[in-house]
Amino acid sequence: MNLKDEFSRGLLKENAVFVLLLGMCPTLAVTGSAINGIGMGLASTAVLLGSNLVISLVKNFIPDKVRIPSFIVIIASFVTIIDLTMNAYTPDLHEQLGIFIPLIVVNCVILGRAEAFASKKGVLDSLVDGLVMGLGFTFALVLLGSVREILGSGSIFGFKFVSADASTILLFILPPGAFIALGFLIAVVNKLQKKKA
Amino acid sequence: MEYLIIIIGAIFVNNIVLSQFLGICPFLGVSTKVSTATGMSAAVMFVMTLATIVTYLIQSLILIPLHLDKFLQTVTFILVIASLVQMVELILKKVSQPLYQALGVYLPLITTNCAIMGVALLVFKKNYNLVESVVFAIATAVGFGLALIVFAGIREQLDLYDIPEAMKGAPIALITAGLLSLAFMGFSGMV
Repeated sequence: MNLKDEFSRGLLKENAVFVLLLGMCPTLAVTGSAINGIGMGLASTAVLLGSNLVISLVKNFIPDKVRIPSFIVIIASFVTIIDLTMNAYTPDLHEQLGIFIPLIVVNCVILGRAEAFASKKGVLDSLVDGLVMGLGFTFALVLLGSVREILGSGSIFGFKFVSADASTILLFILPPGAFIALGFLIAVVNKLQKKKA
Repeated sequence: MEYLIIIIGAIFVNNIVLSQFLGICPFLGVSTKVSTATGMSAAVMFVMTLATIVTYLIQSLILIPLHLDKFLQTVTFILVIASLVQMVELILKKVSQPLYQALGVYLPLITTNCAIMGVALLVFKKNYNLVESVVFAIATAVGFGLALIVFAGIREQLDLYDIPEAMKGAPIALITAGLLSLAFMGFSGMV
């Protein structure tokens, strides 16, 4: 398979957040800063890689009736691994992301890819799919996180570039700002897609 | 009195959708008509309350005493929720066919509703006892329904207007949700 095509699929054409509109909850909740966005994106990518790998390996041994519950158990196990790993090695990030780490298990991107892809294709294809969709998701989170952080706190990745008492648009790091920023980002993506088509 | 604070907090001040960011997918997906929004809210309220009770009991009586909660919490909770949704589906099919038809594909989607799993996890973060957890679950579901139905009402009206091509669908819905969230921020400081 063409790697460049795959990347453009996950990053742009079938981007989990901007096009497929999946995984909205973590997207809106943790993108108050770009760093949290990357953290959540990479954690989700790790789970996606793990679950796609295992599911494509065992797909022939799972009876059809218990398909979805089996996928859920596999995904939940990987989420638990990532949760405990982050708690140990990145405690600050773990604190910031809070309950959204265990909530990766209900992230529709992961179950969706398991159902639509990993349960039908081979191991290598599933791994590549997990990687590109996960990176696309991370890309969306970082983009939204950066926009919100720049407008809302005047910083990027923690580096403040405005003076200490400059006023920033506080709204963007609060819930309403998340909705509004994402809405405009998707509108921009729609506009760009229309131009190409 | 404590319960009143929990209730007002869950419905208005920390509305599950508009300030906690849980339950966004159904919020955007099911809110195109007020009738489907109402049906979905009722289903969510039922599953959320039941799920909170069951997961609370399992966590308190089995997982914590056996020191398994760190490892098995996620897996157990999501399996409980998935099973409950299956059960609700079967019961609805037998008891009320029209409601089952009306909810259609949205019923199994309640499993991936982060709000349900979120509430199950939150009651432990907040150290509620069983009664407080049930009150919190019911109130949260009411808040979810409130946000959903108000949003559906707005979206039904929005359909009648001329919207720029790039904004149609998700973008305008999200911006509307943002404004609704802004309105709900007016409740902060109430409790």
